[in-house]
Amino acid sequence: MDILLHVARTGGSVALNVAPILAVLLFFQLVVLRRRLANPRRILTGFAYVLVGLTLFLVGLEKALFPIGRLMAAQLTGADVVGMAADAASVPWWAFGWVYAFGAAVGFAAAVAEPTLIAVSLKAEEVSGGAIRARSLRMMAAAGVGAGVAFGTLRIVTGLPLGYVLPILCVVVAFQALTAPRLMVALAFDTGAVGTSTVTIPVVAALGLGLAAAVPGRDPVVDGFGLIAFAVLFTIMAMLAYAWGAAHLAYRRKPPVTGTGR
Amino acid sequence: MGRQVQFLSRLALGAARDLGPLLIVVTLFQLVVLREPVPDLVGTLIGVALVMLGLILFVRGLDMGLFPLGESMAHAFARKGSLKALLLFAFALGFAASVAEPTLLAVAREAAHTAAMGGVIADTERARIAYALALRLTVAVAVGVALIFGVFRILKAWRTHYVLAAGYVGVIPLVAVAPADVVGIAFDCGGVTTSTITVPLVAALGVGLATAIRGRNPVLDGFGLIGFACLSPIVFVLLFGIILHGV
Repeated sequence: MDILLHVARTGGSVALNVAPILAVLLFFQLVVLRRRLANPRRILTGFAYVLVGLTLFLVGLEKALFPIGRLMAAQLTGADVVGMAADAASVPWWAFGWVYAFGAAVGFAAAVAEPTLIAVSLKAEEVSGGAIRARSLRMMAAAGVGAGVAFGTLRIVTGLPLGYVLPILCVVVAFQALTAPRLMVALAFDTGAVGTSTVTIPVVAALGLGLAAAVPGRDPVVDGFGLIAFAVLFTIMAMLAYAWGAAHLAYRRKPPVTGTGR
Repeated sequence: MGRQVQFLSRLALGAARDLGPLLIVVTLFQLVVLREPVPDLVGTLIGVALVMLGLILFVRGLDMGLFPLGESMAHAFARKGSLKALLLFAFALGFAASVAEPTLLAVAREAAHTAAMGGVIADTERARIAYALALRLTVAVAVGVALIFGVFRILKAWRTHYVLAAGYVGVIPLVAVAPADVVGIAFDCGGVTTSTITVPLVAALGVGLATAIRGRNPVLDGFGLIGFACLSPIVFVLLFGIILHGV
């Protein structure tokens, strides 16, 4: 009975949240563009699918994805995995090796199969005239997501303040944006944003919050978030670094292929 | 009938590809490293099944209705030639897509929960709902503004890499003055909101515009909008934190 009530309540909030996008599209289509809907029945059916699908997804997210992230954080910081008592006054950062390994594995595995990333890599190979290889770029981006989550968990364990670390990463990313081949910059920043997908985000978010709660001396309010940001920034950095390297190699071989975008 | 089955199995395959890598990694760690019984295994498996079923239906629904409509409209507005209508559409699209984004909904709820536990906001149901809603609306406005800005950039042919570099350096002073508990969530929100619903609609707008305007390369100019939509929430949520808690 409980779960039915929960599903009904989630369904109600989903309907409220999806209504605006439908309203926006219908308003601009009918009032501003003054065009008729090509296939109103199909759109309504699609809308019903979205409502039901989103409701089930959100219920499942609360029942499975968040708990998986929390559980992994709790278990991987447990006394027998870390190798010392969890309430010891200070646990050295290297004792949490399995946490970083898990972060890297989850980030890499989820990104490498991401359809958007595959499409973007192929496009990049095409526009770079072959200087950039689609497969290598995809591997670099996925490695970026993995490295991002791993370094993000390392940051939570060590407690380096986000207020110092994130500005440094921002400067690096900005510097790369100015020095990497022009045509790759927008591509890399777009990919960074989509590298963490719908299924990965809840698990990674819960992992960060769980870790901040489990590691002695960390406060979930201050340290729990930031993992996804690390994944985004590291993906951008990895892609731009690869593009920079590929452009320089290609330049050595035959000068005019890459370089400026326009 | 046969086609329906084939179609559904393709969708199921897509959902399995989304969930598969995650489940494989988690299972490996459970079997090799942890070797502990998983509490509430049945509940988790039911949840995973719900996530998969939900993804199948949800992606199918988007492909049937919202995406084709959104794409055809993005192209129509790009050709229409009315700047005011185009900018209004860009803002409304970004705002409404972010409001509908399921990951943002879930993460905002978690952020409100964490803030309540940590004593940043009152620990009542009402305060939490209000905080989560305010956070989501802030992000939605940020994405709307990012799209207005991105459309302007395409029209004016400003160089994307200068704008992005300036943006990422520009957030640093805000980080310095914002309260510590809002920094992580601000940077996360950008990555969280550029997800299932927002990305295809925003990409369609960018490519539609770059195709419609003469002298623009759809590949070069079509990209970058999502990058802005990821950067702008950082600025807006940091400001949200500064206004909410004071400096």
